[in-house]
Parts: sequence; structure tokens; C-alpha cells
Amino acid sequence: MMSQINNTENDVLNVLDVMDGNENGALQYLTFELEDEHYGVEILRVQEIKGWDNVTPIPNTPSHVCGVLNLRGVIVPIIDLRLLFGMTFNEYTKTTVVIVLKVQGITPRIVGVVVDAVSDAQSISADAISVAPDLGNVVSTHFIDGITNIDDRMVMLLDVDKLLSIEQVG
Amino acid sequence: MSIDVSQFHSIFFEESFEGLDTMESGLLSMSEGETDADTINTIFRAAHSIKGGAGTFGFSNISEFTHGLETLLDQIRNGERDTTNEAVEVMLSAVDTLREMMSAVQDAADIDEEKVAHVSSELTRLLQSDEEAAEAQTISDETSSNETTLATEHQQAGWKIDFKPLPHLLQTGNEPSRMFNELAELGKLDVELDDAALPHFSDLDPEACYLSWQLRLETDASIEAVQEVFEWVEDDCELSISPLVDEQHQDTTQLEKPFQDTDASPSTAPIAEQAVSTQSPESTAPKVDSVKKKPSTPSTEMASIRVGTEKVDSLVNLVGELVITQSMLGQIGENFDIKMLPQLIDGLEQLERNTRELQENIMRIRMLPISFVFNRFPRLVHDMTSKLGKKVNLVLSGEQTELDKTVMEKIGDPLVHLVRNSLDHGLEIPEKRLAANKNEVGELHLTAYHQGGNIVIEISDDGAGLNEEKILQKAIEKGLVEADENLSPEKIHELIFLPGFSTADAVSDLSGRGVGMDVVRKNINSLGGNVEVISEPGVGSTFTIRLPLTLAIMDGQIIQVAEQRFIIPLISIIESVEIEPKKVKRVTGKGELYNIRDEYVPLIRLTNVFNLDGGVETLEDGLLVIVEAEDRKVGLFVDELLSQQQVVIKSLETNFRKVTGVAGATILGDGTVAMILDISGLLTMHREPAKQLNSSVIKVA
Repeated sequence: MMSQINNTENDVLNVLDVMDGNENGALQYLTFELEDEHYGVEILRVQEIKGWDNVTPIPNTPSHVCGVLNLRGVIVPIIDLRLLFGMTFNEYTKTTVVIVLKVQGITPRIVGVVVDAVSDAQSISADAISVAPDLGNVVSTHFIDGITNIDDRMVMLLDVDKLLSIEQVG
Repeated sequence: MSIDVSQFHSIFFEESFEGLDTMESGLLSMSEGETDADTINTIFRAAHSIKGGAGTFGFSNISEFTHGLETLLDQIRNGERDTTNEAVEVMLSAVDTLREMMSAVQDAADIDEEKVAHVSSELTRLLQSDEEAAEAQTISDETSSNETTLATEHQQAGWKIDFKPLPHLLQTGNEPSRMFNELAELGKLDVELDDAALPHFSDLDPEACYLSWQLRLETDASIEAVQEVFEWVEDDCELSISPLVDEQHQDTTQLEKPFQDTDASPSTAPIAEQAVSTQSPESTAPKVDSVKKKPSTPSTEMASIRVGTEKVDSLVNLVGELVITQSMLGQIGENFDIKMLPQLIDGLEQLERNTRELQENIMRIRMLPISFVFNRFPRLVHDMTSKLGKKVNLVLSGEQTELDKTVMEKIGDPLVHLVRNSLDHGLEIPEKRLAANKNEVGELHLTAYHQGGNIVIEISDDGAGLNEEKILQKAIEKGLVEADENLSPEKIHELIFLPGFSTADAVSDLSGRGVGMDVVRKNINSLGGNVEVISEPGVGSTFTIRLPLTLAIMDGQIIQVAEQRFIIPLISIIESVEIEPKKVKRVTGKGELYNIRDEYVPLIRLTNVFNLDGGVETLEDGLLVIVEAEDRKVGLFVDELLSQQQVVIKSLETNFRKVTGVAGATILGDGTVAMILDISGLLTMHREPAKQLNSSVIKVA
């Protein structure tokens, strides 16, 4: 699994290399898995991908806030996406993956999210993305930017800024 | 090719604000009828730089406004005009206006045109009355220079200027076309370009200036005005200015290609532009001593620190040593043998020393002399005393005492408040002082010095002291104390720090708005400091502020609660005790109090306020750490005391949000993060039972 992570990191680099030659308006997405669902975030928002490390809990915060991590001297909050989405809790193991994302808001922030596994870096053109369907009261979809299909899998593209806004995670 | 000059704006603003401060303090030190050449020159130079800078960056309204001020200063400098109180007042308000204009431009806000116009007209009025005097002087004065006399006599005359820049003129960042534009503002300008010296293109040095100009300026401006345009380039050119009168006729025929606007000259523009752009990296190079702290903020808060080069040099040296230690350790590690253990230990010791020195030196970069704050007080005292009709002598001492920049930014307002209070309530009007057998001029001392790990700032006056009767009466009125309570003078003095307390008979715009000393104390407490007052009726009062030297590093006590480590700021710990169960008293069966030396302190269980699982339950197995905040003592019940160490404070808000009861986080020796407790926050949490946390989670299918 660790090697898988390393591969992904290489893919990230490869993708970044070819970015300049990309002319059809396609955006690069990093896709990952949560339970059986597939999600994607814009790759330029990904700072790094790292394995799970012990975090320090923050007192009196919702359960999806795992705690904070020392990332080379920077204190970074870690959010469990499963819990944020109301899924069941998965024990953290050495193979649990944390995607460190750059969030833009009033001030730029760095936030890590815990996911089950990182899948791939994908180039998705704008016309392959459809608007997220309105699921009514059942599910809040305002942080889903759109959905797309990759190899018959439905991938939900997340709006990092909306997903990880202070109001949402705090 | 064009360059983005906006990148230099922040430097311009910073330097200009500094210049304005210089001008202000200079103006304040000037008194009626006295003209100290050094002071006036300093003020003039500051004004001139602001004008020049504003012109360069295209802030024409600022440069125009400064021009009037500069002219006035120039006249004083040349002894053409006496320093009157009126002039100083007008110039001070001009400095204020400039500051406002500059802040407005910086924040891209609108300038208060009305005020600018008003102050501007004040300046003009002064200048005009002065001109009349100057003219009268010129007529009677035989010694005035020939040129000036000529200029005044021949109103329609002008100047013939031969301007031959040296090749390196463009490298100094000067742009002839700008100077010509400035000249054109003085009158009708004809420019003749001499490009005879221009070499063949292949031999052309793009950064050199090969051109020279003959200019004919029809104006009634004085030679000084013309010279001023060339002031910046005097040393970089051959310049001759002669009166135009006798040559007027031949000259007009000679001028074959006159241009009004030199921008039309194709041969100057590209060269000049290129020169400017190649110049830009150089012009930033000498600025290494201004260290960027964070990306520029829209407010007037300073975004960078000026650091002395010697501080930077010592850092460079330390880093050099660190690199040597690192390579030494690297070598030991390459083929390590147990025999090399002593070497390794030596190396680690060296590393520790390097790190500590580096840390100390870096902290020193953030330290600035407190004069940055003190400098605003002469003006404040000047303005307030004239408003209040009091006479006050302000004495500043220890201005060079260094203080962390963050603390400095936050201590300004509380200090202003205290000084205002002293001026408004403390010091008496001259008549009262004379009646009390005191010098009619009151003394206000602002003193700063280091004491232990703290900086102490004292504000003391020789005024009437705190009016204990009035304070007590007011406190009783407000129901803060019982009427029959017998309070010591110290206790009465403490009352002024209570919320909502103000003794001013009338609410003035100077002080006494009811939000007073309690805010001062709160602000100072939030910086980890405290404020005390000592007062004696009729003799005066002294406010003493104690502040930690820095906010970035503090001494902390690591504690353990329920498998988690927290840090308590050492400064707030009074003592730690083992709990004797019989000294624990329960209130209504829930709240716990601990009796320590006949004093009951509330007992706070961190597991409760932070909703932690596990941890020591029985009181005998844990420890009680007595801490103090906001003048209240509480006991924190912890599992265990671990080590004490210095910790670097990191904000949780950078990437997350503020968390009640937590002042920040720090990274411990093993790389893990620990939360630093905020004692006053904990008190609040303890007081209002923890809000039921809304831990409901956003449901997504």
C-alpha cells in the first residue's frame, strides 16, 4: 500500500509535467475512495499525500475533526472525510491516507483529509463534467462541484473551499 | 518594456510614514523664534523625499500638497522666515493631512478633499503673507543674488539650461523626461536634444546615457525652483543655468526642433525605460535589511521589519556554524563506531549551542526599540495640553529598550489611554499647581526598562493623584462596593480597573468615555502582562505595566491529563500541590472547592471542560495546579506534572479556528503537537457550563 502511495505521487508529478501541454481545457483531478464511492479534487489544490500519523486531538471539536498534526513545523488540522460525510468510522492504520489540501478563503489554509485510498490522477475535460444532481433534503450537495464518469465509475468532484470551510468543519 | 512600480509602493509608503514621523518629532522640537539648522534640514529632507517619491509613483495630489509644505520649510531653512507657533501648527496639521492622504491612497480609499483643500489653503495663506515680506526684503536687500533680481524684474524672462548628463545618470534611476515634465509645469519649455554623442548601434551600451539637452524655459520662477528640479542629479551631470533675457532673440531662431513634451522624443524613451528596468533589481538589493514578515496587509499595520545589518550578519555567521556542525555530525554518522561516542556527544552539544544562539538571534530580529511607540507621545501631549490649557513637560527615557514587535503593536493603544488619563485627570491646570506650591509645569514621565524576563513601562505624573473619595463614591454609586466597606487606599485604586468605571465629571473627547481602565487592563492581560497603579494624593500617580519580552516563546509546564499532554504557561502557575481529600468542599454536591491556606479556590477538572475520556478520577491520585488569571485563582486538576520547557507558540487559527480554552499549540521535542492552555478561557468555560456541542454531522448518503 505504501508503494501505491509513492506511485500516486509519481503520477501527480507526471501529470504536472504534462499540464502545460494541455490545451483542451481539461483539468487534472486526484481521485480517491471513501467506502465504495469515488471522489475527486482538483490536483492543484493538493499539497501532498502522506500516510496516517498520530494526531493531537483538539478539545471540544466535532468528531470529524481528528486533531492537529505537525507538518514540518506547521500545525495542520486533520478532518476525517468519512465522519464529515456521516459514514461509519474506519480504524486508522498505517495504510490510511491523508491528502493535504490547500484551501482558499479569507486567508489561505492548509487542511488534511483522511480518505480510504488514493486512486489515480485523471484529466477530465470540462464538457465531461455534469452538474451535481439535486438530492433534495437527503444529502447536502453544495460542496460537490459536479460529477463525471471514469471507466463506468461515478466520480464526485469536490469543491475544496466549500467542503473545508471553517463553518463546515469547525 | 514596462515595469510594475506597484511592487515598490509598500516601500514608498513605509518610508514616507517614517518620514512623516521624523517631520512630526522635528516640528515638535521647534519652538517659537528658534531655528535649529539640523532639525529644519531633517524635516526638509523628509518632506522632499516624500514629494519626490509621490511624484515618481504618480500620486500627484500628495506631491503637490507636499510641495507647499516644502516651500514653507525651505524659506525657514534659508532664514527668510521666522519659526512661528502658527507656522508649526499649520505644518503639523499638514503632516497629519499627508498621513491621512497616504493611508487613503494605500487602502485605495477616497481622500478627504475638503480637509486637504483647507490645510492647503492655510499653507498658501502663510506662504503669501511670507512672500509679501520676502519681496519687501528683496527690494531693500542689496545682497540678494543677481539672478533672483533679474527674475523678479523681468517677469516674462526665463532660463537657459544646458543639461549634459554623465553616462551613468540613467543607472541612478533618474529619468530626464520626468524632470522636463516638471520644468514644463513652471512655464513654457522648449527642449533641444543633442544626440551627437550617440555611438553606432553596435557600440551602444544600453544602460548609458549619450544624450544631452539644451532647454529654454520661459517662466517667472526663480532659479531655485529650476535648480530644485535638478537637485537629484546635480552630481550626475554638467548643468549650467543662465538667464534667458539677453539671448531671447537669437535663441528662438536657433531652435529648429522644439518639443513641448519630451516623451515624443523617440531616442530617449527606450533607453530610459531599459535603464529603469535594469535598475529595479539593484534598487531593491540594498533593502535586504527589511525582512518581510507576512504578505502585505491592507491596513496601515507595518508589514515589514527594518533590521540592522549587524543582526543579519550575526545570523549568517550562526548559520555557517550550524552547517559546519551538521557536516561534522554527518561524518560521524557515516561509519559510526561506538568509540566515536564522545565525538558524537560533543557534536550534539555544539548543535544545541548553535540552535540556542540561532534562536536568540532570530528573536532579536523581532525586537524593536520602544521608541516606535513612545514617539507618538510628544505630539499627543502637545495637542492635548494646548486643548486643556495645561503646561506639561514630557520626559521620555529608556526609548531604546527593545520589545517584541507584536507586543509593541498591541501596547500602543493602552499606553495612549494611560497618558491621556494622566493629562486629563492627573495633572492639574497651572493655577491649581501654583496654589499647591508646585511648579506650574507638570511633569509626565514615560520610562521603559528591562527587569528579569519582562519589560516594564512606567507612566508617572506629579499631578493630584487618584481622587480616592471620588472613586469610592462612584464605586458605591455603581454598586461595585458596599457603602460601609472599609477599603485600604490600594484597594480603592484597584477599583478603577473595574468594568464601566469612569470618574470624569464630564465626558470629554479626550478621555473618560466610560470604557477605560478595564479595557486597558484586559488588553495588557491578553498580552500576558499586568498593570498596577500607585498613587499618593497631591504627589502624583504611577502606572506600571509589566509585559513579557516576547509572545512567540514562553516557559511552559507540561502536564498530562487523560493520556494527553497540555502546556500551562509557567507565568500563570502559582503553585502545585498534592490534594488532601478532606480539604475538598463540595457546593450543592457538584462544584468543588479546595481549601488552600484558608482560601477557597474552585477546582476545575480538565477532563470535564475538555470532554476527555479516561484520566485520573480520584483526587488523591492527581495533582492540583493553582493558576491565576484575571486576578482570580483556580485549581486545575491534572493527572501528572511532566517537564518544564520553553515552547514556541503556534497559532491554531492559521489553519483552523480559535478554540476556547486553548491559547495555541506547540511542537514538543518528539515532533508531536501539544495544546497550550488559555487560563482565562478556561475560567470562562468553567463559569458558563460547556455549551452542548453540536456534534451532529452533515449527512451525505
